[in-house]
Amino acid sequence: MINLVKEKNPMPEQDPMVRNKNFKEVSTGYTEDMAINEAMRCLKCRKKPCTTGCPVRVRIPEFIEKIAEGEFEEAYQIISDTSSLPAICGRVCPQENQCEGVCVQGVKGEPVAIGRLERFAADWHREHFKDEVIEKAEGNGHKVAVVGSGPAGLACAGDLIAKGYEVTVFESLHKEGGVLAYGIPEFRLPKSIVAAEVSKLADKGVKFVNNAVVGMSMTVDELFEDGYEAVFVGTGAGLPQFMNIPGENLLGVYSANEYLTRINLMKAYIPEYDTPIHISKRVAVIGGGNVAMDAARCAKRMGAEEVYIVYRRSMDEIPARKEEIHHAIEEGIKFQLLTNPVAIKGTDKAYVCGLECVEMELGEPDSSGRRRPVEKKGSNFVLDVDAVIMAIGTRLNKLILETTENLEPNKKGGIGADEKTGETSHEGIFAGGDAVTGAATVILAMGAGKNAADSIDKYLESN
Amino acid sequence: MYKIVGKRRLNSTITWLEIEAPLVARKAKPGQFIILRTDEYGERIPLTMAGHNSEKGTIDIIYQAVGKTTLLLDQFEVGDALADVVGPLGKPTEMEGLKRVAVVGGGTGNALAYPIAKGMHDAGIQVDMIAGFQTKDVVILEDEFRAGTTNLYITTDDGTYGEKGFTTDKLKDLIESGNAYDEVVAVGPPIMMKFVCQLTKKYDIKTVVSLTAYMVDGTGMCGGCRVVIGDENKFACVDGPEFDGQLVDWDELIQRNSFYQEQEKEDMSHICRLTGGVRYHD
Ligand SMILES: Cc1cc2nc3c(=O)[nH]c(=O)nc-3n(C[C@H](O)[C@H](O)[C@H](O)COP(=O)(O)OP(=O)(O)OC[C@H]3O[C@@H](n4cnc5c(N)ncnc54)[C@H](O)[C@@H]3O)c2cc1C
Ligand SMILES: Cc1cc2nc3c(=O)[nH]c(=O)nc-3n(C[C@H](O)[C@H](O)[C@H](O)COP(=O)(O)OP(=O)(O)OC[C@H]3O[C@@H](n4cnc5c(N)ncnc54)[C@H](O)[C@@H]3O)c2cc1C
Ligand code: SF4
Ligand code: FES
Repeated sequence: MINLVKEKNPMPEQDPMVRNKNFKEVSTGYTEDMAINEAMRCLKCRKKPCTTGCPVRVRIPEFIEKIAEGEFEEAYQIISDTSSLPAICGRVCPQENQCEGVCVQGVKGEPVAIGRLERFAADWHREHFKDEVIEKAEGNGHKVAVVGSGPAGLACAGDLIAKGYEVTVFESLHKEGGVLAYGIPEFRLPKSIVAAEVSKLADKGVKFVNNAVVGMSMTVDELFEDGYEAVFVGTGAGLPQFMNIPGENLLGVYSANEYLTRINLMKAYIPEYDTPIHISKRVAVIGGGNVAMDAARCAKRMGAEEVYIVYRRSMDEIPARKEEIHHAIEEGIKFQLLTNPVAIKGTDKAYVCGLECVEMELGEPDSSGRRRPVEKKGSNFVLDVDAVIMAIGTRLNKLILETTENLEPNKKGGIGADEKTGETSHEGIFAGGDAVTGAATVILAMGAGKNAADSIDKYLESN
Repeated sequence: MYKIVGKRRLNSTITWLEIEAPLVARKAKPGQFIILRTDEYGERIPLTMAGHNSEKGTIDIIYQAVGKTTLLLDQFEVGDALADVVGPLGKPTEMEGLKRVAVVGGGTGNALAYPIAKGMHDAGIQVDMIAGFQTKDVVILEDEFRAGTTNLYITTDDGTYGEKGFTTDKLKDLIESGNAYDEVVAVGPPIMMKFVCQLTKKYDIKTVVSLTAYMVDGTGMCGGCRVVIGDENKFACVDGPEFDGQLVDWDELIQRNSFYQEQEKEDMSHICRLTGGVRYHD
């Protein structure tokens, strides 16, 4: 029996005016009935376009069918065959550009809510199998090091431990998860979920060494000396960019990375934590990606009265996920579109007191295919704000490249690696995720980690 | 966990700790720093390594209790453990080609200058150290300085110990009396470093300073530690913490270091009032 309703089952959510004052999860998740009802919307297409839209090829119609039958654990098992972090992917993947973007139900109505169903199955499993006994794979005696505990590193470690390798993950921060821990806020991705995934890997035997900055605490070459036979580098693209406009070093100008790290990793929103953060009344966030949305919504929750997204193109070009833009608007974030900052103004004590902007209009498409914004002469105006957050992208982290001989960069300045196999110019070193591609997505980073795990396995078997 | 294995109070506000941190000790070099977190609720704060012992797997830090985290740190005793210590971070001090150097320290900055002075001395460089303090009561580490340098000159602002005057006065004397330095290293309050740089500029002596910007990660990820060096933004944690002092925008650095002052004063009075400085959590 197929459910012929054209729209997705709506996701239960906290009221926008309540949730914009707390850090609890925005969406509360489907109930069993909602999940079954939604699962029945799947047409079980023979060609399964959704599956081809998924970077890690989750067998989507199969798991959806299990949900429709009420076999939630089976559904979870099918997903976790291919995806190692389903509770996370179900929450943060840009499904509209992937599986849901090609779902046949989407042609005439809304696609099947694949992401919400994935999240449901993962959450159901976590709630019902709290004391699950984790099976450990039999060891094969080979040691592999993973650098960075973001989605790329975690996925790589997960696949390697399952193949019997002895895996140690080295992480420079005091908590594991990469962007999942320090960047994406609690209200979108509860940290307990990230911690649960990490402890599951630890139960399977993965060792985590935190506070280890590879390149400083030890070099990659020293890892080989210590007996690791292969190294996977998944260090992300963490270097924040600034605009180089006047006033960027005034007090109250943050990179999104710093702002989000203080809040999410260092819990500046919980009074018991010592982390200082500037309490601002009126905040401008520059940029239009997921990072900008997260920073803006955090600023609101930290008590700001007015929060602006300042983006130089229009709503049609904005790169953040649709759902996040929608959530941000509901929560009262103001979108100052077709606007480009030109200078930050400060008080005589050097605190931010305004953002000077200029209006833009869209011209011809540029190399990215998006219409190029052009300044409207003389349209300058000042936005009255006391904090400015730069969310205009990150560059690749160079620490490993600079300290590892014979490891070549790629054109973008990241680690040069074959995007399919993760192989680098240096024997035994594999790389993947944002460190190779530049800022991308959780699922692509996971895919890269998994591919590298396969390559490492082949490499060590043939040696 | 990172166990404290030694503790020594140097004066009323400055304390020396020896901490087990084998990963850090294995690689530490003069000029580098660590970031520590006292416990789950703690801030991440940067501190220079005053020394290390790779065989024992320990590092030394010397800190001044100025605010909440350093006051909390002061409550830790031998046997207690810190939640996190990460490092070594930052670029090590460059020593190549140097034969003769003046190291100028001010207040707590002397503790930060000490590993640099000693490192250079151990490498066979002639090191004249000028250690400046406000008054006799706060003089620290005199024996260590004397052992780790070629010549030690102590100054106090009020003349209660050593020579009366500022470090810059003594440095000027030394230069003018014919001591030819390849380089001056200055570590102390920004205002002192600024004046040292103004002085050495006149004599055209390269001057290296160690900057203390606010830091979070210490790996170039947050951008919070940005400092302006010769009109360019640099990250103190990965590009520094040592920079060419002649190129530093001092006024901006001093301004940026005042950012959280109000909030921190408040936090501190909270913790002192409520817990007497100690935090007990499970
Ligand atoms: C605020 C924000 C929101 C986002 N929202 C989404 C979203 O909704 N959906 C989505 O799909 N994607 C989103 N992304 C992008 C996504 O998070 C990244 O593409 C993904 O995390 C990349 O994974 P990674 O494993 O390559 O790197 P990271 O997640 O960056 O992890 C790298 C890890 O390596 C560690 N590391 C770095 N250098 C070293 C070193 N030298 N030694 C040891 N450890 C080191 C870092 O501390 C970090 O923990 C968002 C990104 C941000 C910043
Ligand atoms: C690379 C580096 C190395 C350092 N090495 C040492 C060291 O060896 N010994 C030592 O005592 N201190 C050192 N510092 C400074 C030390 O990090 C701060 O004193 C400490 O963070 C204060 O924390 P708090 O919570 O106790 O005080 P807070 O409550 O944070 O601050 C109290 C006062 O200290 C000032 N302050 C806070 N952080 C800094 C900072 N990063 N730089 C300058 N002033 C600051 C504040 O403006 C305020 O006036 C170093 C800083 C850096 C960046
Ligand atoms: S494309 Fe959509 S309808 Fe077709 S199988 Fe996949 S999820 Fe079901
Ligand atoms: S401390 Fe974060 S970039 Fe330097």
